[in-house]
Amino acid sequence: MSKKSIEILVGLFVLLGALALLFLALKAANLASFSNGGETYAVTARFDNIGGLKPRAPVRSAGVNVGRVTAITLDAQTYQGVATLEIRKDIVFPKDSSAKILTAGLLGDQYIGIEPGGDPNNLAQGDVITQTQSAVVLENLIGQFLFNKAADGGPSAPAQ
Amino acid sequence: MNFLQMLGRRALDVLASWGRGALFFLDLLRAVPGALARPGLVIAQVHAIGNRSLVIILASGMAVGFVLALQLYNTLTTFGAAESLGLVVNLSLVRELGPVVTALLFAGRAGTSLTAEIGLMKAGEQISAMELMAIDPKARVLAPRFLGGIISMPLLAALFSAIGILGAYVVAVLLIGIDAGNFWSIQQNGVDVWRDVGNGVVKSAVFGVICTAVALYQGYETEATPEGVAYATTRTVVMASLGVLAMDFILTALMFSTP
Repeated sequence: MSKKSIEILVGLFVLLGALALLFLALKAANLASFSNGGETYAVTARFDNIGGLKPRAPVRSAGVNVGRVTAITLDAQTYQGVATLEIRKDIVFPKDSSAKILTAGLLGDQYIGIEPGGDPNNLAQGDVITQTQSAVVLENLIGQFLFNKAADGGPSAPAQ
Repeated sequence: MNFLQMLGRRALDVLASWGRGALFFLDLLRAVPGALARPGLVIAQVHAIGNRSLVIILASGMAVGFVLALQLYNTLTTFGAAESLGLVVNLSLVRELGPVVTALLFAGRAGTSLTAEIGLMKAGEQISAMELMAIDPKARVLAPRFLGGIISMPLLAALFSAIGILGAYVVAVLLIGIDAGNFWSIQQNGVDVWRDVGNGVVKSAVFGVICTAVALYQGYETEATPEGVAYATTRTVVMASLGVLAMDFILTALMFSTP
């Protein structure tokens, strides 16, 4: 085989490998979701309990991805979880919008859902979302359920 | 006393062989810059090592993707989580199976041929002849092969993972009927470019170094007889595979232990 054809074959191989990497990065991983728009603004939201929310979790409004959670810290004064949200610059929300920690499916990953309010002013870089709803903690829910059950049924319920 | 002496001799032998391996590896690294100055040799080796391994890598990747999708679908449907099939296939390929299986196949397909080639060069005294002509065989023969292996391995692993995911797509979407949009979007949500794909590339590069270095060392240290070459070729596969598996455990613990 001549030197030229070997070089062409190697070039093909390298190109194929690079294409495979590109495919893995763009189609089968999250690189593409970073590159849309690019520009973001950061707001923070305080929650009494962030549940299983993790950094890099999606931020959605009406179920559509609009950004990501970039950091989660604990405010040592109020003992609240502070989540920093990066939201795409082309999407603005009224100042009194509320943030909820929601779960995808019954046991899926948690994400932040933003419900727009009615304020004429919009959230800007560095603002704090004041109206929040914490994550649903399954243990508390079950505890509450048992408590209510006991209150409803009175002493006769468990005996039967 | 005899037993003690035997034990001591074995221990010293093991230490000496580790030391020879380490010195050989350092010599190899030192010869790399010289090889970079002669890219023609490296390109020829990428062709011999990389291009010629393409068929087996692509076929195995496709087969692994097929069976992973089939098996996972059976298990995941019992939990009502068939949609996450794409994510599980993607993560297991990109993080583990891609680099590891590619490295094992690479040791078998390319490592053995490197060992046999160099072992026969040694048996035919070509290496000694080079030394007589004041040509450093490490720079002329070994380093281009080493570089060729390091360049080829990450590309092959990426191709393995990519074709595996496409294979899973064929089974999951075209045959079973999982929604295509869901198949891709769950991967884009769950797979991180740097953490998962990036670490997979790092892994495969490390495995490339291990496989190629072991193959070259075994070839270079072989006894110059037909049995010696046969023995060295076998040892290449065994030692490279064990090295890759051990290294994979360490790398996985380092890369993926913290959430």
